[in-house]
Amino acid sequence: MASNSSGGSSDRQRIAQQRLRVIAGHLQRPVDGDSAVLAAEYKAQGEQPGSSREEKTVPRRRQEIMKWNGWGYSDSRFFFNKKGQAEFTGKRYKLSGLIIPALKDWFESTFGASLQHKTPATPILNSSAVHPPTLNETFVEELKSTGIPFSHDAEDRVFRAHGHCLHEIFALREGKFGRVPDMVIWPNCHNDVVKVVELASKHNVCLIPYGGGTSVSSALECPPEETRSIVSLDTSQMNHILWIDEKNLTAHVEAGIVGQDLERLLNESGYCTGHEPDSMEFSSLGGWVATRASGMKKNIYGNIEDLVVHIKMVTPRGVIEKSCQGPRMSTGPDIHHFIMGSEGTLGVVTEVTMKIRPMPEYQKYGSVVFPNFEQGVACLREVARQRCAPASIRLMDNEQFKFGHALKPQVSSIFTSFLDGLKKFYITKFKGFDPNRLCVATLLFEGDRERVLQHEKQVYDIAAKFGGLAAGEDNGQRGYMLTFVIAYLRDLGMDYYVIGESFETSVPWDRVLDICQNVKERIVRECKDKGVQFPPLSTCRVTQTYDAGACVYFYFAFNYRGLSDPVHVYEQVEHAAREEILANGGSLSHHHGVGKLRKEWMRETVSSVGLGMLKSVKDFVDPNNIFGNRNLL
Amino acid sequence: IVISRDKRDDFEDILEERRNSSDLRYALKCYTPVVYKGISPCKADALTNMVLQSSHLHYVISQVSKETGRAVDDVQDEASAILEEMAQRLQLSTIRFFAFTLSKVFKTLFRSICVNEEGIQRLQQAIQEHPVVLLPSHRSYMDFLLMSYLLYTYDLALPVIAAGMDFMGMKFVGEMLRMSGAFFIRRSFGGDKLYWAVFSEYVKTMLKNGYAPVEFFLEGTRSRTSKSLTPKLGLLNIVMDPFFKGEVFDMSLVPVSISYERILEESLYAREMLGVPKPKESTSGLFKARKVLSQNYGSIHVYFGQPVSLRSLAEGRVNRSQFSLVPRHIPKRPSEEIQNFVNDSAYMLVRAQEENMVLKPWVLLASLLLQNHHQSQAPGQKPGMALDELTERVVWLRDLSRQYGAFLHWPGTSRSADTTPEEELLSRAVIVLSCASYRNQALHVFLRPALLALAIHAAASTKKQEVFYSFSFLRNMFSNEFILVPGATVQDFEEACYLLVKTGALQITQQEVLVTERGHRTIVFLTSMLDPFLQGYQVRATHSWSKSL
Repeated sequence: MASNSSGGSSDRQRIAQQRLRVIAGHLQRPVDGDSAVLAAEYKAQGEQPGSSREEKTVPRRRQEIMKWNGWGYSDSRFFFNKKGQAEFTGKRYKLSGLIIPALKDWFESTFGASLQHKTPATPILNSSAVHPPTLNETFVEELKSTGIPFSHDAEDRVFRAHGHCLHEIFALREGKFGRVPDMVIWPNCHNDVVKVVELASKHNVCLIPYGGGTSVSSALECPPEETRSIVSLDTSQMNHILWIDEKNLTAHVEAGIVGQDLERLLNESGYCTGHEPDSMEFSSLGGWVATRASGMKKNIYGNIEDLVVHIKMVTPRGVIEKSCQGPRMSTGPDIHHFIMGSEGTLGVVTEVTMKIRPMPEYQKYGSVVFPNFEQGVACLREVARQRCAPASIRLMDNEQFKFGHALKPQVSSIFTSFLDGLKKFYITKFKGFDPNRLCVATLLFEGDRERVLQHEKQVYDIAAKFGGLAAGEDNGQRGYMLTFVIAYLRDLGMDYYVIGESFETSVPWDRVLDICQNVKERIVRECKDKGVQFPPLSTCRVTQTYDAGACVYFYFAFNYRGLSDPVHVYEQVEHAAREEILANGGSLSHHHGVGKLRKEWMRETVSSVGLGMLKSVKDFVDPNNIFGNRNLL
Repeated sequence: IVISRDKRDDFEDILEERRNSSDLRYALKCYTPVVYKGISPCKADALTNMVLQSSHLHYVISQVSKETGRAVDDVQDEASAILEEMAQRLQLSTIRFFAFTLSKVFKTLFRSICVNEEGIQRLQQAIQEHPVVLLPSHRSYMDFLLMSYLLYTYDLALPVIAAGMDFMGMKFVGEMLRMSGAFFIRRSFGGDKLYWAVFSEYVKTMLKNGYAPVEFFLEGTRSRTSKSLTPKLGLLNIVMDPFFKGEVFDMSLVPVSISYERILEESLYAREMLGVPKPKESTSGLFKARKVLSQNYGSIHVYFGQPVSLRSLAEGRVNRSQFSLVPRHIPKRPSEEIQNFVNDSAYMLVRAQEENMVLKPWVLLASLLLQNHHQSQAPGQKPGMALDELTERVVWLRDLSRQYGAFLHWPGTSRSADTTPEEELLSRAVIVLSCASYRNQALHVFLRPALLALAIHAAASTKKQEVFYSFSFLRNMFSNEFILVPGATVQDFEEACYLLVKTGALQITQQEVLVTERGHRTIVFLTSMLDPFLQGYQVRATHSWSKSL
């Protein structure tokens, strides 16, 4: 199988060897520490390791390394090669350069799609299709004198006019642009931001803060009714760790830094924040604060609200911050909670002091197969009850389990494929699991070696009570990998008439099963009612556990051949699914935020009084609506 | 206004096949019904365990124990006993026994049992998709045996049926019914929290698990007058609860209209109403009643209506998130919003039953004869009516009721029944009341136009507003007498106007409501239709008034 060129084959050998080691390790447990795998390996590797540690991931001109009309890095994408096999390009990810043989069959059978029916994207951004900028001349004049870099280049503006909602990407692929910001500014530090906000207030210019651009709530869309000049304030160049305090285990960081840089830089000093949202390659610290983000390993490190010690935010009224770094205060309602989740409606977060932890000594993936989803949920509930959740524990339903399987790279030897066959036989024939009902939980343990092993045993013992069988590290790892490549897969689907998206909620434990079942069924039914010709993929997973409930993620995609306005159909179905979530006792959002996509439900979510409270804060802090993205309220 | 009824399905006679093939083979046939989403059927015992272990029951048990100071175990035992008394023990062998004997009985009693097979197909579809609630009309003890018999015949999942405790008095028969899927509820258990908890949890458990379709009678009891009774809401509340709380995705409510040409209990009912006590349900009584076997009760029409999706029904009317602030196992009094919704749905469903009730010519005849009978009571009138005149009138009435959307079954010929009087007066009264029962079967067709006709008659002027007031008053007065959807006065008024204008009986201008020349006859007929009720109310009112003086 001599295929594609250059470094690919050695890379593949390395990966194959590692896979072998992982599987062998699983079969002859317990093994030595060298099978520990770092989470970082599964995300893209930032450029060439070693060459220039100081180099940051995000340049001012993002389009140099990232797609303007899809997810992630320009060099990384899925495609079907001439043989009809799926391949992932580039060198950044473990999956890069690999062939994924089962994906095509899964794709075609799940969606009724065909490789013959393509819907390619517009290849090049046509600048002339972008509206010319509406500039506020006096603002621009004064801005020039400050020396802060800015641009009104069409590409720069288009790049900052969207997040990653389906309708946003779909429009870009068709080369359609709505209202886009009139200019982009790149402040370099807190003081730059203060100057920009002052000027904006003075000249009545609308500011929209922009961090990583990974929003999935229409938060970055420019309000079409906005008549003022809109300025996108890109924080990406404010990306330094200003200090690390080892005595208090805190780090003071500029808010524009993206997750992968923050972790990489802290790792160099032996620390980490442990905050790993699925979008961490691209999303920024400021964005996390502004949307109340949640990380995969929150069980150990906490969500963003637990991690933040101090926040500095620039508002039209001035700078808001606390006077000290006390770990807890009883000083009235916590002002941090006005800032966290404000979604760019009050100001720009410029600097954050965060808790840090020493890097874990040992990490271990794991997975458990359950005979059905009900048993899996019962097990997660028990793990939460005993408060012994590993760093991460996620439960995929049957459809996602199959999806995960379809993403297995080509196996490197007959031996491994034989082993896979053996495992499958053991689970389905010997243990009697129904392959159309079983589901899998993926686990990630972290800490010192001994405790991890002890912890692992505890969790596997609980799982066994619910009929769970340990299914190896490999399956676990692949589960987490899926997280990072799923957004790339959406782009592949969109090349072949398939559109989809994910959305999330949080819900009390006793309602988890019902909400999963009802929302999935609602999606299927709505698709049918709206004239979708093919059965949709409607699947979910439980991604976080809490004492009193869980976070549930839904994935939904369908083949839109035969529909005249697929995006509208998509939006109607998503709307119906959200209504179903709310009717079943789920929250409006666990961590994606509200943006403009979900704000119609804010009043019923927080009550009229609650909404009034938020509005009065907005009225005081930003009476002229300088931060005019119109999210949330 | 929704008068244009959908096209109704055709009927198949299921007795025909029974007359031509072996009943024994039929009773022993291979029975493999489709089930809800392919669940594996669970035993009746497993079901009671699930109920006893439910958090709902646990909660109520500990509550009752705290309130009364009784030991938890003690209350728990009581709950088990209640469940024991209540629970059905569906057994296929019993069903087969009934399949055999009922085949024999039905063939003797009835000329035909006609079923709309398309309705059966819809039901089969519904059973696979969502939990199903069967809601038959209730005119006779026969109803639920007949329902199970039909479902067995069509290889559909056998229902569990909510039955009154009265049957339990019948030794052996009670147990037989239990083994054919009946579960027994006390007629009244007002404030008994524990009883309510066991009962509701039991019904919900069967429903949620798709164990079997749940069947009950919205009217609560047999209508003695063939006129639909105002619906009881308790059970409907219970079955809807799992949907409100998100425990099931949807639920199909299937109205079933069972029309008898002649009800087995017809003279029994009439006597009951004249004060002859209702014979207590007993096995020996049943045995004595076998004399009915020698009579001909004509045909039965069973119409399985369009399954109503509870989800669509509740769309925009019920905010289900109101249930997200209290744990779902804690019983809570339904909010006003829910109560109104359940109430409206119940009326809607009874109307759906009424709509598909098949009317025989005799029903129309009875309506006319009774009017004639009442009029001929007046001095100087000679009783009776010439046959030609009657025929002419019936044909006229047939056409009128067709236009009003009635579901008529009009065969080529029909025989009239003859009776021999024993006690002169009593038997005459029995005939009149039995006739009334027949007439009542057609009441729903004429109800709204009749109310309007009466209103026009009673109103001070022909002003539309006045007529409406009078309509509204009458409607209000009769709200417990007939199925009149609460709060739908305006719709009913418009519907009645529409129908009367359609049949040329009325002319409606901006301000006025005028009876046309040729509409006179219709108006007189319609007014007379309500006459007995009006008189009844009048007598009752005068009585109460004179008493209170």
